[in-house]
Amino acid sequence: MSFDIAINKRQGDCQIDVTIRSDSKLVAITGPSGAGKTTALNCIAGLIRPDSGHITIGGRCLFDSEEKIDLPPESRGCGYVFQDSRLFPHKTVLANLNYGAGRAGTQTAPLSLEEAVSLLGLAHLLERKPDTLSGGEIRRVAIGRALLSGPRFLLLDEPASSLDPERAEQIISAIEALRDRHAIPIIYVSHDAAEVARLTDFVVSTGG
Amino acid sequence: MMTASEWAIVALSLKVSFAAIICTLPVAYSLAWLLARRRFPGIIFVDALVHLPLVLPPVVTGWLLLLTFGRNGAIGGWLEQTFGITLVFQWTGAALAAAVMALPLMVRAMRLSIEAVDRKLVDAARTLGANKWRAFLSITLPLSLPGILAGAVLGFARSIGEFGATITFASNIPGQTRTLPLAIYSELQIPGTDIAVTRLAVIAVILSLGALMMSEWLVQRSTGGRAHVL
Repeated sequence: MSFDIAINKRQGDCQIDVTIRSDSKLVAITGPSGAGKTTALNCIAGLIRPDSGHITIGGRCLFDSEEKIDLPPESRGCGYVFQDSRLFPHKTVLANLNYGAGRAGTQTAPLSLEEAVSLLGLAHLLERKPDTLSGGEIRRVAIGRALLSGPRFLLLDEPASSLDPERAEQIISAIEALRDRHAIPIIYVSHDAAEVARLTDFVVSTGG
Repeated sequence: MMTASEWAIVALSLKVSFAAIICTLPVAYSLAWLLARRRFPGIIFVDALVHLPLVLPPVVTGWLLLLTFGRNGAIGGWLEQTFGITLVFQWTGAALAAAVMALPLMVRAMRLSIEAVDRKLVDAARTLGANKWRAFLSITLPLSLPGILAGAVLGFARSIGEFGATITFASNIPGQTRTLPLAIYSELQIPGTDIAVTRLAVIAVILSLGALMMSEWLVQRSTGGRAHVL
C-alpha cells in the first residue's frame, strides 16, 4: 500500500484527524484554510509530532505512537514543497537546488539538475539570491529543490498557487509526469477542486 | 606619534582584549543560542546571570572573580594545582575580567540575530536531509553571522575600556595588567601629568571610535546594508 496514515493531533481548540489508506500513487488533501491541511503535512514530514496514530508511506513506517517509532525529519526522506517556499536567503538558487542533493541512503532524484532546471525554467536564475526573485520564481526553485533531494515521497502544499496560469499548467503537467513515470508517492494539498480532480481520484477532506 | 611606553600600553590593551573576545566568542554564542532557542526551567536566572556584569558595580564583579579565580578560590586553586596556571596579577587575569564584562553585550547582539533566523528555514533544511548539526552549521550560523561580528566588536570595544573589575581582580601592574584605562588612572594620581593623560585619553577615544565604526561597517557589509549595530 502506498499510504497508510492515521493522524490525530490537537492544536489549540482544533482537533485534526486525518486518515489516508490508499494504493493510489497520488492522494490529495483538500479543505478550507485553517482545517489542518498543512498541520497534517508537517506531521508526515516529522516537523510536528502527532498525539497518536501511525504514518506508513511506500511500506516504510515513519511514525507509530504504539510502536514508539518516530523518525526525525532528516531520516524520513520527504521532498516537501512548503506553501511559503522557505528558500535559504543566504544561498544562491543553485545552492538551494543542491542543498538536499547529497542526501544519504535514498534513491536518486527523479530528475537530474539539468532536467529540473529546464522543466522549471530556472536556467537564467542559478546565480541569483532568493530576494531578487519573483513569487513564481521562488515557488519553482522550491519545487526543484524538493525534487532534487532524492525524496522517497513528495509533500506538495499548494504548489501551483501564486503562479501565472501558463506556469501553473507546466507544474501540474510535471506532477502528472512524476505520478505516471516514477514510483514516488505524492501527497498533494490544494483548495482548487478542478486541479485536484485532474490529478487523482483519491481525495481526503479535512475539517469544514 | 606614540612613545614606546604608550605603545606598550596600547599593545597590552589590544592583547588583553583580543584574548578576551576570542575565548568568549564560543561561550557567548552558546549562551545566546540557548537563550534564543530553548525554553527550560531557570532560563530567567541564566538570562539574569549573564546580564549581571552589565549592572553590578564592576568592583563587585572583580571581587567575585578574586573569590572564584584567586589562588585560594575554587576554580583558581584547581587551575594552579592542576595546570600551574595563575590568573591573578597576570595579563590573563585582565583578559578574564574583560571577558566577563564584555559577555552581556556579546550575548545580547548574538541572541537578537539568532532570534531573527526563521526557524522554518531550519525545518526546511531538516526535511532536505540535514541533521540538527548540519542545519545549524549551514543555516543558523551563517544567517546569524552579522550578530556574531557585531557582538565580537562591541565586546572588544567594551574590553578596551574595562577598568573596575580589572583593577580589583588583576591589579595595576605595569606591563602586565596596566591597560589603557588603568594607565590613565595611574597618571591621574601624579600631579603635573596633564599632557600624558590627554595623550592616552585621545588614544582611548580613537580606539573605541574605531572599534564601533568597524563593527557597524562589518555588519553592513555582511548584510548588504540591511542591518545595523549602532
